[in-house]
This record gives sequence, C-alpha cells and structure tokens, in this order.
Amino acid sequence: MSASPGAAPVGLAGRLRQRYPLRSLLLGLAAPVGAVLFAVLASAVILSLGGHSSSTVFSTMLKQAGRPTPFVDMVNQAMVYYLSALAVSIGFRMNLFNIGVEGQYSLAALGAAYVGGQITGGGPLHLVAEVLVAVLVGAAWAGIAGVLKVTRGVSEVISTIMLNAIAVGLGSYLLHKLGQSSGNNIQTRPISSSGQVPGLSYAGTHAKIFGFIFVAIAVGLAYWFIAGRTRFGFRIKATGLNESAAVASGVNVKRMTLVAMLMSGGVAGLVGLPELLGQTHTFSQTAQSGLGFAGIAIALLGRNSPIGMALAAVLWSFLGKSANQLDFIGVPREIAAIMQGVILLSVVIAYELVRRYRLVLQQKDVAAQLAAAPAAPTTRTVTV
Amino acid sequence: MSATAITARPEARRRASRLSPPLLIAFSLGAFLVLSAVRTLTGGYDLTSSGTVAAGLSAAVPIGLAGLGGLWAERAGVVNIGLEGMMILGTWGCGYLGWEHGAWPGLLLGTLLGAAGGLVHAIATVTFGVDHIISGVAINIIAPGLALYLTKVTFAHDPGGGQKQSPPINDAKSITLPFSNSLHTLENKHWFAVSDLAGVLGGLVTRLSLVTLLAALVFVVSAWILWRTAFGLRLRSCGEAPYAAESLGVNVYKYKYIAVIVSGACAGLGGAALAISAHQFRDGQTGGRGFIGLAALIFGNWRPGSLAAGAGLFGYTDAIQLRSSSAVHPLLLLMAIALTLVAVWQWRTGQRAIAGIAVLIAALAVFWYFQTDRVPDELVGTTPYVVTILVLALASQRLRMPKADGRVYRRGEGG
Repeated sequence: MSASPGAAPVGLAGRLRQRYPLRSLLLGLAAPVGAVLFAVLASAVILSLGGHSSSTVFSTMLKQAGRPTPFVDMVNQAMVYYLSALAVSIGFRMNLFNIGVEGQYSLAALGAAYVGGQITGGGPLHLVAEVLVAVLVGAAWAGIAGVLKVTRGVSEVISTIMLNAIAVGLGSYLLHKLGQSSGNNIQTRPISSSGQVPGLSYAGTHAKIFGFIFVAIAVGLAYWFIAGRTRFGFRIKATGLNESAAVASGVNVKRMTLVAMLMSGGVAGLVGLPELLGQTHTFSQTAQSGLGFAGIAIALLGRNSPIGMALAAVLWSFLGKSANQLDFIGVPREIAAIMQGVILLSVVIAYELVRRYRLVLQQKDVAAQLAAAPAAPTTRTVTV
Repeated sequence: MSATAITARPEARRRASRLSPPLLIAFSLGAFLVLSAVRTLTGGYDLTSSGTVAAGLSAAVPIGLAGLGGLWAERAGVVNIGLEGMMILGTWGCGYLGWEHGAWPGLLLGTLLGAAGGLVHAIATVTFGVDHIISGVAINIIAPGLALYLTKVTFAHDPGGGQKQSPPINDAKSITLPFSNSLHTLENKHWFAVSDLAGVLGGLVTRLSLVTLLAALVFVVSAWILWRTAFGLRLRSCGEAPYAAESLGVNVYKYKYIAVIVSGACAGLGGAALAISAHQFRDGQTGGRGFIGLAALIFGNWRPGSLAAGAGLFGYTDAIQLRSSSAVHPLLLLMAIALTLVAVWQWRTGQRAIAGIAVLIAALAVFWYFQTDRVPDELVGTTPYVVTILVLALASQRLRMPKADGRVYRRGEGG
C-alpha cells in the first residue's frame, strides 16, 4: 500500500518483499513462536514444582525425535492430525465450528473397516470402496448438524458436541453388532491385502510410514487450491467474513453452509484411515480417540493455512510422541498434554494481541502519512 | 411511548412463552401418571423404585452443578465449553484433600480448582477477547493432562492410590428421614400410582447425602441471586445487551469475570461431588458429564428450574440403565408419548413439517419397542444427547438463549 504505484518491484525477492513486508512477516511469526516459548516456560515451571529437571525433560524429548522408530511414529501421527485439522478448517473458513470431527471420523473408520472386511479381492476398487464409505459416513454424520443448522438454526457447536457423544454410544453398539470377538477385544473382520495401503520403509527401523501420507498431501493441496484459487472457495471465505455482503453478491448461504459442513465431515471421515488401512486393518475399541480435538487446536495454530497446519501438526505430534519416552525418566508424560493446551491457549491470545498491535501500527502509519503531506486533499475526509 | 407500555410488552411476551404454574403441575402430574401406568403395565418395577430414584438423584447432582456453571457463564454472555475440564479439576482437587482430610475439605479444594479453571477462561475470553469455544477446548485439553500429571507427582504412591486414581475418600454424611421405612413398605405393595409416589419420595429422603443437599442449596441461592437481586439483573444484562449495560454504568468486565469464576466453581463442585459419590478420584471419571450439563442447560432453556428438571431426567436415565437395563425398555413408549405431544403442539402452531417428523420418530420408537425386548446399554447412555438434539430440532422456537451469548465484548466498541 505504501509503495508508490510507479515503481514496479524488481525480481522475485522484490515481489515477495512487496507482498509480505518484513514487519508483517515478523508480526505473523511472533504469535506462534511466542506461544511455544510461553508454553515451554509454563511447563518448566510446572516441572520444577513437581521436582523434575526441565532441561533433562526437554533434551530427552528432542533426542527422541532423532531416533528412526519414534520419527516414523511422529510422521504417521502428524498426517492423521493434519487431516483432522483440514476438516476443522474447512468449517472455520465459513465461521462454522465443527467440533464433531471426533464423532465423524470414529463412525467413518468403523464403517470403512466393516465394508473393507466384507470385501475380498476387487483390486484397487476395494480401496476406493473403503475411502468412499469413510467419506460418506463422515459427511452424513456432519450433515445432521448441517441440516439442523440450516433448517432450524441450531448452533453447530451444540449439535456436534451432542453428536460426538451419540457417536461414542452408537459406535460401540455397532461394533458389538457387526464385529467379532478376538481375545478380550471386539473387532471388525480384518481387511484383506487388496484393501490395505502399503507403507514406506524408512532407514534404521521396521516401522513404516503410512502410504496414506500421499492422500494427506493431496487433500492439503486440494484444500489450498479450492480455498484460495476457485470461486467456490472465495464464496466460502466471503460468507465467513461478511455474511450479508455475501448474500448481496448472490451467495446462497444456507446451501454453502450445508456444503461446507458436508465437506468438512467428508474430510473428517478420512482421519481414521491411515492407521486403519496402513497398520491395524481392523477397527476395535482401542482405535485412537481425541484426534478431533487435536485437529481444532492444530487448525487454530496453523491459522487455516495448508502449510501452517502441516507445521502445527508436526509440532503437535512431536510433543505427543516424544513424551512417551518421559515415563522412563520418571516424569509423567502428561506434561506434553499440558504443553499442547497451553500452546493453544497462548497462541490464540497472542494472535489477538498481534491483531490489536497491527491496528495500532496501521493507525500510526496513516497518521504519519497524513502529517507528512498536510496539503493533500485526503486529510479532510479522514476521520479516525 | 409511556413507561408502562415499555414494561408491559416483555411481560406479555414472557407469559406467552412460559408455562403457567397450574399447567406445569398438570403436566408433571400427567407425566407421573403415565410413568406409573407404564410401570404397572410392563412390570418394570425399577422405573419408580426408591433405589432408582436415589441413584438418579446422586447422578443428577454433578450434571446439575455443571449445568448451573453453564447457566452462570452464559447468562453473562460467556459460553463455557470448558465445564468438562473444570469438573476434572474438581474431581482431582477432591481426591487430593479428600482422602486424608475427609469429604468437606475435598469439596472445598475441588470448588477452588474449578474456580481457577474459570479464572483462566475469564482471562482468555473477557480480557483478551479470545473466541469462547476455543478457550473452552484448550481448557478441556489442559485439565485432564494436568490432573493426571498431578496425580502422578502427588498421591500415586500413597496407600490405595495409583497412577490414575486417588486413595479412597470417606463419604460425606447422609441423613434418613424417619418416615422412610413406611414409604418403603408402601412401595413394595406395587399399587398403581400410590406405590410409585412412595418409591419416588422414599428415594428422595432415604440416605440423602449432605452433598446433595448442598447442591440443592447452591441451586436455590444461584437462582435467587440471578433473578431476584440487582446484582443478578446486572449480570444477566451483560449476557443480553452488554453495550446497553455499559451505557448504564455497569462494569461488564467485572460481571463477566465473576460469572465465569462462579461458573468454574460450580463445575468444580460438581466434579468433587462426583468423586465423593465414587469414593475416589479416577482418571476419566467425569465421562462427558460437563457436556451433559451443557445439554441440561439447553434442555432447560437457560433457566434454573427447568435446568434442574433436565439434570434430574438425565441423571434418572443414567441410574436406571445401571440398575436394570430391561427397565429402560418401557421408556421408549414414554418417549413416543412425549413426541406425540410435541407433534400436536407443533401442528397447532402451524409447524406441520416438524409435527410430521415428530410423529415419524414417535412411530419409530413404538416400532422399536415392539420389535425388541431391551434397549442396548450402549445406546441408553446416549439418552441425554439424543433428547437434547430432539429438543433442539423439534422445539427450538421455544428456546431462547441470552442474546449476546458467545459474542466477544470490548469496552467502548459498541455500535
């Protein structure tokens, strides 16, 4: 804005500098970095209150990330988190708070596992069927909240909280109904090899990176493209930012709400698949829970940006997985959950503070420009 | 416009949107008679046995207190999804002091820790203007981790303690009213309506925990403060129209802070009560009761009386499932009757489509009743949530939450 229109920026660096001024870039980074530092500080205080050495704890966690097996674990966990965050952020774009990713993915994984277990052979169609079922179940479960929102004006926050809890009961009922017992556990019939996704080997460990990583990346790319490069994505964003302006420009808000909710639920349906198709091949009650809430945190931390969320997912997974090692040095691993929560809370506070600071800076800039050019005609029209 | 016209209008609207006391009594009486009729016809004695009622009452206490916490916060315009986390802090606090010093110090610490959780929520939402849901989600992530961390560094190695639980907590005192024996005799006769009434009353007065009495007291006092004092009026005005309240000189920040801290304290007390009735702190003990409290709040239309009724209903279904899962089966018929009433009412208000959906669900419930012998346990646990969704879907025009609920308020930025 401040650059004079005549002077075109030279080269890539110049264009980048114009699009992302240094000050704005630093301010953008200040919030997440500050939040992580604050979380480290807060957990150091908690650790020392509990009589533990915080430096030992942090170095143990960092060392853990360098070992091959935990590293593969972290990558696998991060891709699951990433999918969950993408699902949540589709809703966020439209000011929809899909708290229900939790229920959507667990029912979707159960459905995919059941259908996958029933099919034998079929080649690649087997996989397609599983993914399709997962997406449809996730979308349908989210669709209930969407329909309630557009027809009855029910807040999606409330309805998805309720649907999460219903999904827990319904899921365990269906598992008993559809599953078979193996030992103490009840699980669906194992998926045969044509319905599995092979993993990628990593040097120095037998653990494999889930092949679903390509799907996660593809969904991330699709998200980037649709949200940032299409009319549909623009309409979603416009509706989220200013609903009445969107209505005035011809957007059917109710339809968009429903579509956004269905898409969010569809992506949520994928969350359980990396583990299901890449490792367990069967759904049981030991399947991971809590991924939906992690997704909310990661979407917020990454500010709905496809790259930001990927980084946040890696951070989240690093904290969660490296803390497993802490039990061996006598420190409760729950310190990681505390750190995650504190990061989330402080990052949203930091974003808010940065937003306010930016407003102050902008006002100062305007004031400085006006003072520098007192004769300009604009001064009369500005009312601050 | 004259002053009387201004005050008369909301009065008229309120009368129209709320059931009058005689109608309410008639409704409760009708529901009770239907319940005892279903009990007599199906032989599901546990439906109205004193044991079920007593268990339901103690299950309702944590739910009701969590809901009350929600009421305090949302009446001041702050949505509190963090109730679950604050309850967890309460259960831990109760475990920490309770096993050595008895139930009452445990209750106190649980309440204080819940209030501390509320303070965090207030700092984030009121001072920093963070989205209320986000702050609540963060608290729900921190609290279980913190409780488990503290468990491992405090009482894990004390006798009876463990990595995920506290040593046993002594029960709070309970009282039994003298006429409870004769009620019990009457109950065992299994007479229509009479024995049912005796069962319900017997459940309410036999071995009544002092914690339950305390919870009832907190409820009454909260309702009185919020609806009968100037302080309460100002607090609620912050939830309805904060900028209007500001223009009248109300310190909105202060009221929101107080409300959210009290909200956390109520949730913490609820958690502590839960730990006492389970005789120890356990990881994952709350099991979503904070969210059920939220459901009760919505079911109760953001009002204390019907919130208590909602908590009672949800506590009752919880208890009946634990006592005898076959007794839940007749509840399907009750649900069908309730849905039919909703359908009739919606038809008369002109909402034909919704009436149709209500009838459809009622028919499904009846069909389900005749097709099966029992409702699977897993599904019974979802009752509070299903009921809340049904209420939201089929009767949402009766629901009215505080106008500025969940909105971020900044002093001096009103339009």
